[in-house]
Amino acid sequence: MSGAVMLEMRGISKTFGPIRALRDVSLTLRAGEVHALMGENGAGKSTLMKILSGAYTPDPGGEVMVGGAPLVTGDPKAAKAAGIAVIYQELSLAPNLSVAENLFLGAERSRLGIVSRHRMAAETRPILDRLGVGFGPETQVATLSMGERQLVEIARAIGANARIVVMDEPTTSLSSREAEKLFDVIADLKAQGIAIVYISHRMDEIYRLSDRCSVLRDGGYVGTLDRAELSASKLVSMMVGRDLSTFYKKDHKQVAAGEPVLAVEGMGDGRLVQGCSFTVRAGEVLGIAGLVGSGRTELARLIYGADPAASGRVLLDGRDVTPRTPREALAAGIVYLTEDRKGLGLFLDMTIADNINMCVIGSDAHAVGVIDFARVRQRAASAMSALAIKAPSARLTVGALSGGNQQKVLLARLLELEPRVILLDEPTRGVDVGAKSEIYRLIDGLAQRGMAVVMISSELPEIIGVADRVLVMREGRIVGEITAAPGAPITQEAVMTFSTGAAPETAQIPIPQEEL
Amino acid sequence: MTDQNARTVQGQQARMRTFVRALGMLPVLVILAIAFELISGRFLSTNNLSIVMQQASINIVLAAGMTYVILTGGIDLSVGSILSASAMASLIASVTPGWGAMAIPAGLATGLAFGLINGCLIAFLRLPPFIVTLGSLTAVRGIARLMGSDTTVFNADLPFAAMGNATFLGIPWLAIIALGIIIASWFILRRTVLGTWIYAVGGNQEAARLTGIKVWLVLLFVYGISGLLAGLGGVMSAARLYAANGLQLGQAYELDAIAAVILGGTSFVGGVGSIWGTLIGALIIAVLSNGLILSGVSDIWQFIIKGLVIIVAVSLDRLRLQGNART
Repeated sequence: MSGAVMLEMRGISKTFGPIRALRDVSLTLRAGEVHALMGENGAGKSTLMKILSGAYTPDPGGEVMVGGAPLVTGDPKAAKAAGIAVIYQELSLAPNLSVAENLFLGAERSRLGIVSRHRMAAETRPILDRLGVGFGPETQVATLSMGERQLVEIARAIGANARIVVMDEPTTSLSSREAEKLFDVIADLKAQGIAIVYISHRMDEIYRLSDRCSVLRDGGYVGTLDRAELSASKLVSMMVGRDLSTFYKKDHKQVAAGEPVLAVEGMGDGRLVQGCSFTVRAGEVLGIAGLVGSGRTELARLIYGADPAASGRVLLDGRDVTPRTPREALAAGIVYLTEDRKGLGLFLDMTIADNINMCVIGSDAHAVGVIDFARVRQRAASAMSALAIKAPSARLTVGALSGGNQQKVLLARLLELEPRVILLDEPTRGVDVGAKSEIYRLIDGLAQRGMAVVMISSELPEIIGVADRVLVMREGRIVGEITAAPGAPITQEAVMTFSTGAAPETAQIPIPQEEL
Repeated sequence: MTDQNARTVQGQQARMRTFVRALGMLPVLVILAIAFELISGRFLSTNNLSIVMQQASINIVLAAGMTYVILTGGIDLSVGSILSASAMASLIASVTPGWGAMAIPAGLATGLAFGLINGCLIAFLRLPPFIVTLGSLTAVRGIARLMGSDTTVFNADLPFAAMGNATFLGIPWLAIIALGIIIASWFILRRTVLGTWIYAVGGNQEAARLTGIKVWLVLLFVYGISGLLAGLGGVMSAARLYAANGLQLGQAYELDAIAAVILGGTSFVGGVGSIWGTLIGALIIAVLSNGLILSGVSDIWQFIIKGLVIIVAVSLDRLRLQGNART
């Protein structure tokens, strides 16, 4: 992988008013390499990439060389002409248009001023063939899955003859099958000599894809590792500035004989979830693993009353509390942390204090519903310090926070209710490594305080590191249960065996059906 | 250390932005007032300002109700028609022997009832607010005409005429009522749980449901209060005119109310905005109408200028906010 140097960024700094987002950062990119860029949220990855794409102008003193020639910075058109394409997390496709129309958005092929759909389709087809996708140029983007849309973005980059492609957390919203497809495409691009900057928080992807990996921390360049030197502990310590041994924390004692707090019996919605039964004890962390689309989120939403259940009961301390609305679940002491914190969780335009207090503001209020502001401030302040939410003021809007801090605000809101049962759906999605470790600590603390914790996660190391017991779901059913025993920890292989259906249809380890 | 400083600055900037957003149109209001004073030489007289306040008051009341609705991401197109029906109800009660004392309650109750019907259709049948209130815009207008058998109802000695024409310490009662509504709305929106819920529902309705907020209650409340305030607007205009008419009264009032809310910086998609902004927005509209008349501009040009000012003011506001966001 010692291709010619394609891109060189030297001494790049960027300040926004009094804030230094980047400090003397350098990055070298060679033809045909996948260069991973890692760092916590706020470390400066996005700022660096926005400078590359021309969205931001760097402070004087730095330079960007593409193929040996200096690039005019701060000019998106110049960046595009130099062959730089950036694929952001939030895709920028027009869903109501066709794939071909999206590819040529802003550069429509026309004849005498009339858009030539035929010509655009003809030019699109070879690109799609090259990517080996299962849809054609005429397909409407709205009908495509997130993974397929990602491929359309890549096709757009290829269509623009990009030589440098930046991908910002491309797999966040992809199923594992779609991610596999994306990895194949990346390998292809690489073979064609295209240089790729790959931003991700997922270690397994970094191992798998990257030829080199550069780490940023607090706007500064920390170092670059070659493929041979890559190791999780090294990367994490570079990113966080401390070491990995305390990354997952499991100090709570699994109370084997503890009373079951939550019992779910035969839960189903008649479509995506069928006959799911399990129990969770006080002080236990129960993991729910499975592939994306296996019905984990749907099951959690049924238990929380967010969607109507077709069958099944929810028992809390042996009492039937089957909620029909989230409100009833909250009243019973069951809370749910959504996997989509921006779409379904937070009120982004409201303050941190309002977001934290949203569930309890009513019960705290004075007569006739007048808000008790002293209580609001007090709850916000104590939650912010307990969960180490980093913000200058509780009056800041939540939208201005980083992913990790947003997640902590959402968690704080639920914890204000002092629930008995907490359902966590992908609690560390889109969260940087430092905040991840803090969230693991927090989960551990909840279990220690005797809460029953259910954690859904797609990251196997996480689920194994945090949970005492793991249920595996496949196609809407619970197909396996794995319990950690002294000297025999849960393995990723065991979980994958169940979730992919490699194991016999019935679970090898029987599910305790009537354990009450 | 520097990090901490940077954060404090960020916090101050955020607070500054909220403040600027709330009062962003205040300079426009001041400039318009000064300009009309320079052109006409009469605009800033006490007498004229009193007239402006009186003219603005009904729109302020309607726009206050509209603010609640738009904060939830909805719209209420029916307020002009509800105002007309409420004014009819109020006048009919006042001329019915033995019902005189019920004139004001009848107007308010009529407005509240229509508002709640809107609210029920939107909250329980989950119909889009635009469609529901477009329907009631037409239907309630018909009901208003029906109420007076399509005639104008007069009452020369209206029991509550003082509301529309008298002053208190030199300030018209209509203006005092309008300011009272603004202050009460500020209290509800900023000091009560319900107010927080209104912002939450507008910011993210599904998240509000998952947080255990009674979304139906919030929607019922905002359309109910919009109707109630339209009813109050009806009573106010009845008091001023000693008459009500089902056909003409309140025509296109909803548009001025919406314009006031939008001029006031409230986001059309909901979740962001303030009642003070609405007050300023409504005053800008009133100052424009009054000032253009004083300056001798023809009726036709008044329409054109008012429309352009609204568009220009809002686009300037957008530009300025974008500029802030970038730094």
